[in-house]
Amino acid sequence: MITIIDYNAGNIKSVQRACAEVGVQAIVTSDPTTVTSAEKIIFPGVGAAPSAMAYLEKKGLGVALTKAFEARIPILGICLGAQIILDSSEEGNQKCLGLVPGKTVRFRIRNKLLKIPHMGWNEVKVVQPHPLLDGIQPGDEFYFVHSFYPQPADKKDVYAVSSHGGDFCAALGSRNLFAMQFHPEKSGRLGLQILERFARWDGTLTG
Amino acid sequence: MLSKRLVVCLDVRGGKLAKSIKFVDTKDIGDPIAKARQYYEDGVDELVFYDITASRENRDIMINFVEEVARQIFIPFSVGGGIRSVEDATRLRNAGAEKVNVNTAAVKRKELISEIARAIGSQSTILSMDIRRVEPTQEMPSGYEMVVNGGVTPTGIDGLWWAKTGEELGAGELVINSIDADGTKDGYELNLTRMIADSVGIPVIASGGAGKPEHLYDVLTEGHADAALVASIVHYGEYTCRSLKEHLHNRGIKVRLNY
Repeated sequence: MITIIDYNAGNIKSVQRACAEVGVQAIVTSDPTTVTSAEKIIFPGVGAAPSAMAYLEKKGLGVALTKAFEARIPILGICLGAQIILDSSEEGNQKCLGLVPGKTVRFRIRNKLLKIPHMGWNEVKVVQPHPLLDGIQPGDEFYFVHSFYPQPADKKDVYAVSSHGGDFCAALGSRNLFAMQFHPEKSGRLGLQILERFARWDGTLTG
Repeated sequence: MLSKRLVVCLDVRGGKLAKSIKFVDTKDIGDPIAKARQYYEDGVDELVFYDITASRENRDIMINFVEEVARQIFIPFSVGGGIRSVEDATRLRNAGAEKVNVNTAAVKRKELISEIARAIGSQSTILSMDIRRVEPTQEMPSGYEMVVNGGVTPTGIDGLWWAKTGEELGAGELVINSIDADGTKDGYELNLTRMIADSVGIPVIASGGAGKPEHLYDVLTEGHADAALVASIVHYGEYTCRSLKEHLHNRGIKVRLNY
């Protein structure tokens, strides 16, 4: 059973439906105790960091997520959920959860042909093996929609990159936490496979 | 680098798939959800569902339809037709549509674009434009005119001006549909597509006129489009999504082939 955190940031249902498609039961909650007692957690989200953080703090969900991380519960962050696990975000100069050292930064692109938001299908290159990225081949593409991206302080936390006017971090991880800037729930079969692997993942780098 | 996108448009009437030719003659051609699932498995990058009835009575049918699509399709899809308010847009978004398309209602009241963009984000707000060629005049210097109500009512509004205005108001993407090319299968209107793509900083989806794979190649290169929209050439089985993408790939266009 997967617990999806609903914190008023975008369409949670699409993640739940994608879980159903791969035969995984998922519940949606904004209750902190449900989060800390979860078997597995998906932390999705679309939108702006400041309003998301305000809501997480108001509901006690930020604290709950930090506890879950410390308790080694497997956590999967998606999009905004891959950004606010870092120390801070340039979006509104927002202090974030600090589960992984680093910050979320804005695309700075001078080439007029490259548009922001970075929206559409782009190749994801695995730079370090991870159980959730098993089977991803060169040329495999995933769906992105974002203007900011996560930038872990330590390169060892970067597991995959994509490129938009230069390489940026597309997936990061630390222990039982793994997070991706792209949307596995909108990336067809290859995205669904990541969710399937997460449902089986024990939260370690070997499992 | 982002891939160029293949977009398939499905006209929906009361939950059925219809295909219009020059926007007038429509007939039902099957179950849109089954078709959508087929295209999804065949590698389409994005789908557009257009409610051609666009009536208020049909709203709830459309919401249920979108929810069902969202249970079957795990790539982005947008919905258009008859969206007149922030509430319409938000309901469709919450039902599972990644983006919504506004058209006629935005021409009638342009603030609608900024209101929807504020509510669901620019990235989810598509401005669809039906455009026809006209003699350039002082009012319409680009030589293209906006046409509304499913492509039947001329507005006197310059097409290029409207595209730029839409971007300023917060649209995150434009669908440029040429009324002249629609249904002809003679190719997209390259001049129109390029003129708009070169004048805005948001992605442009070219629509109207696709008859063969070469046309997609032309509009993605010469036409400067970010995405090519097709309908009848895949609905009637002349081409598959795979074959269209392979054609583009073989000619050096970056498209998504692993799926």
